[in-house]
Amino acid sequence: MSDKLTATNTMRTTSILSVKTESPTTKTFTFKDRLCAKAKPGQFLMLWIPRVDEIPLSIMNVEGTSVSVTVKAVGDATQALHKMKSGETVGLRGPFGNNFTQNSGSVLMVGGGTGTAPLLFLAKKLATKAKRLALVIGAKTKNELLFLNQLNALCTEQSTVATTEDGSYGLKCLATEPLDKLLNKEKFDMIYVCGPEPMIRQVFTLAEKRGTPMEASLERLMRCGIGLCGSCVIGKYRACRDGPVFTATQLREVKNELGISKLGFDGNRIPL
Amino acid sequence: MSSNPLSTRLAGLKLKNPTALASGILGYSAESLQRIAGAGAGAVVTKSVGLTPRVGYPNPTVVQASSGLINAMGLPNPGIEAYAGEIRHAKTVLAVPLIVSVYGFSAEEYAEVAKAAVAAGADALELNVSCPHVKETGSEIGQNPVVLKDTVRKVKAAVRKPVIVKLSPNVTDIVQLAQAAANAGADALTAINSVRAIAIDIETAQPILSNKRGGLSGPAVKHIALRCVYDISEKVKPPVIGCGGITTWQDAVEFLLAGASAIQIGTAIALKDPEVFTTINRGITAYLKKKKLRSVKEIVGQAHRN
Repeated sequence: MSDKLTATNTMRTTSILSVKTESPTTKTFTFKDRLCAKAKPGQFLMLWIPRVDEIPLSIMNVEGTSVSVTVKAVGDATQALHKMKSGETVGLRGPFGNNFTQNSGSVLMVGGGTGTAPLLFLAKKLATKAKRLALVIGAKTKNELLFLNQLNALCTEQSTVATTEDGSYGLKCLATEPLDKLLNKEKFDMIYVCGPEPMIRQVFTLAEKRGTPMEASLERLMRCGIGLCGSCVIGKYRACRDGPVFTATQLREVKNELGISKLGFDGNRIPL
Repeated sequence: MSSNPLSTRLAGLKLKNPTALASGILGYSAESLQRIAGAGAGAVVTKSVGLTPRVGYPNPTVVQASSGLINAMGLPNPGIEAYAGEIRHAKTVLAVPLIVSVYGFSAEEYAEVAKAAVAAGADALELNVSCPHVKETGSEIGQNPVVLKDTVRKVKAAVRKPVIVKLSPNVTDIVQLAQAAANAGADALTAINSVRAIAIDIETAQPILSNKRGGLSGPAVKHIALRCVYDISEKVKPPVIGCGGITTWQDAVEFLLAGASAIQIGTAIALKDPEVFTTINRGITAYLKKKKLRSVKEIVGQAHRN
């Protein structure tokens, strides 16, 4: 599928077009890049912060020849990126990996934390395509409920539920609580989920109980991004090349690892 | 099995076909190795494992170059103690030989890791004496015939399984090092590891890899590797495993004709996908049929005889 892209997808540098603050910990960066601007929802890019690191990031939006990613400052690389301003130089490779399908039936999206970024990209495509578009979104606290307004506007009316762990907005619980109730009430043709892996595992368990088709975008430690180094493997799959989007059928095959462990930088299994 | 035209033997290992997974690719987990074997590989070589865990270098660790990749991963691995569990697991699921790649910071360390790998079930060992981007191991062992001999001897004394030595192309005369490894008792030689290289970003005017220098692999190095195989197999006794840029069945046949008894595939898994093993094996089979030959063994080294 992406053979040609892999062989010719060399690192190129580009300048930051704009930086937008989404929350106290999260910013959206936009770059000009013709290749990445062709990305489909679910795909990711490798972003090089010169002299610091190169990290995988889900694509949040494409427009014309520009591409946007939403990044939470959590480690050295993301903190260094947060200090960068428009006009500064970064390197890009990608877009890599597969993408979400775009189901035209009754669709439910489940997002946790910055996992809502690729779902917003997907929602923009589904808004005119899906018969019904519902959303359950969860975060630790109110200002980490990313893109809530944009998602609200794209979803079918009265179809979004928000949860926070500290109760500062919406329901005070994990996203999986209202999700369980919603799935008891209503049948969906597809669930799309992106967020922390332990949350994905719970959503998977709930979807399996009802036999609802599901696609989940997984994030693992990545190095090469092109399916060679093995850093991001889950079971027999490479998150960077066979994923990052996996179907319920594939998740069943990797149930021993999903939301439980991943490989660390030295290849040892570490708990999630 | 005798009717399988692709079956061959190498350093005492029975192979259902002459293709193997090159070291460093996927190789952390038994499931990954199992998938590669399922995709048609006749043997698998693990990531290089050492005495203690190593996290490797920060990213960028891989950069796409013209006709290939430059990598400097920095030998990330969980250490032999933890990896022994993965070897044992791999042995229960693999139907092809499991070759464990080992490295050390001294001849004694190579021997110690090799011994532990064999105890866990390795069918053979491949000594990484050619990694081009970590100090005091890899090519710093394999570029010096005296140190190389000492290392191979100590490993041979420590284990009873076949010992394959993976050679570095970053030397004046690879045949001299191949001979040194052979004299020390190497059962087979893999040629070649990646070629020292660098990529520089012109906008920021700095090397892209965090380690600055890395090793070039892929189609860009194919003809260098092919020449190394041709030179070594002409002068040195142990069988040679060709490695470097093999992407198509024609590439594989070229290496066999040059004198390789088997071949390894790495970068092509990124350029194509794991099924590249099946494609290459099918191509070799068709070539043998067209040439009215019954076994792949008949074409090994044929370019020397013609």
